[in-house]
Amino acid sequence: MTQNSISTMSIARAIATKDLRIEWRSKVLVNQVLPFAGIVMVLFAFALDNDGILQRVAPGLVWLAVLFSSLIIVQRTFAIESADNALDAIKVAGVSSAGVFLGKSVALAVQLLLFECVLVMLSLVLYQVQLSWGGAVLLVTVSVLANVGIATMGALYGGLGAAAKGRETLLPLLLLPAVAPVLIAATRATESAFGVSGATLGEGWPWVALLAVFGALFGFGGTLAFGVLTEE
Amino acid sequence: MNRFRPLPSPLDTPTGTRASRGLGIVVLLGLALLTLLGLFFTDEDVVQGSTVRLMYIHVPTAWVAYLAFIVTAITSAMYMWGKQHSLTFDRIAGASAEVGVIFMGLCLVTGSLWGRITWGTYWQWDPRLTTTAFLFVTYVGYLAVRDLGGSHQQRAKRSGVVALLAVLEIPLVHFSVVLWRSLHQEASVLQPNGDVSMDGLMLFSLLFGVVVFTSLFAWMVLHRQRVLTLADAIDDGGLEAALQERRNEAN
Repeated sequence: MTQNSISTMSIARAIATKDLRIEWRSKVLVNQVLPFAGIVMVLFAFALDNDGILQRVAPGLVWLAVLFSSLIIVQRTFAIESADNALDAIKVAGVSSAGVFLGKSVALAVQLLLFECVLVMLSLVLYQVQLSWGGAVLLVTVSVLANVGIATMGALYGGLGAAAKGRETLLPLLLLPAVAPVLIAATRATESAFGVSGATLGEGWPWVALLAVFGALFGFGGTLAFGVLTEE
Repeated sequence: MNRFRPLPSPLDTPTGTRASRGLGIVVLLGLALLTLLGLFFTDEDVVQGSTVRLMYIHVPTAWVAYLAFIVTAITSAMYMWGKQHSLTFDRIAGASAEVGVIFMGLCLVTGSLWGRITWGTYWQWDPRLTTTAFLFVTYVGYLAVRDLGGSHQQRAKRSGVVALLAVLEIPLVHFSVVLWRSLHQEASVLQPNGDVSMDGLMLFSLLFGVVVFTSLFAWMVLHRQRVLTLADAIDDGGLEAALQERRNEAN
């Protein structure tokens, strides 16, 4: 079977399904990483120790917890590949790197979405923030678009770390500054969704545009660059 | 008996040439003159006092830092899209980024010192400062990627991609920080403060500083690029020597 006979989208679907199936069966995400994110949310409350402040900074705390968790998720996603040199096998098999990148990004985005659902619900309970129906629509849109940005950058730099074996420690240094615009935009939009810091719902939507630009730019850039970054 | 070709030694292959030594001497003289201008010949500022003297270093370091990252981006693109994939472009990109990180560090330090005296604080969440700090961290990451190992071509490709991604990232970081501050804080303290009405000698010293620091940047990149070429040659020579040793063992 030649490479051309399998479309990039089919490869992406296969990789994403495989990654999600591994997570579903291993339950590492649910049993270990999700509790970690929950503990981070509780520790934030210990550190800030003031209901008023907690409510005001809740959007930032949610997204910080998402970013910290994303580092673990990205590292785990590529640890699966590098453990048995699976990434090398995929490359030797002539599988399109764009397909691998898109598949990895989709799987990461789905996992992050699960995290955000849980963390937002936790913030409603722990930090006593309010969420209207309009706010919920904004929050879902922001979460989906922010996930595209975090997942594409995560897949890109996670792939780089996995290709340079044993250098996964580089991931936070590369990923966190790169996704700073996502953190800023998602936090401000979530402030509007929660209605904290005097932010209105209408103020949140311009940030959605920034998230969309970020996701589109690095989705496209990552599709071109992933093959080069993971080259042996 | 040593049957191997001796490895090139940096001592046998100096990185200086007559032209680069000439440039180095000009830079040294320029720095000496800039010191005299900045510390003795120019007057104190009416508002800032002697603090203004920091500007003769701060502005040139900021200019050189941004210039360095532009050079890194352009030479990375030249490597990626050049037909030859010349490693010279990659080494210039690496050398420029190294020098850029040093100058950006100096820029942040001198800026903080100036801010402490003028604003009463070492740091303000101003878009320009925040973007500069992000640029600094991003290029520290870039240098770490260059250090990942592998072949020279592999290093060049990886770091080239990271440099080009940084070019996409930085405007987005700047734009998002500008939006963030514009929505959530009153006008920043760091406003253009009418420097156009600067005293003639002060303005000359500032521009002279920019020219001298740009020349210093050129001199540093030139030498660093040559050092990187020698380091790559030693790497290649080391591999050849190791292969020859194995061949000799086999015989």
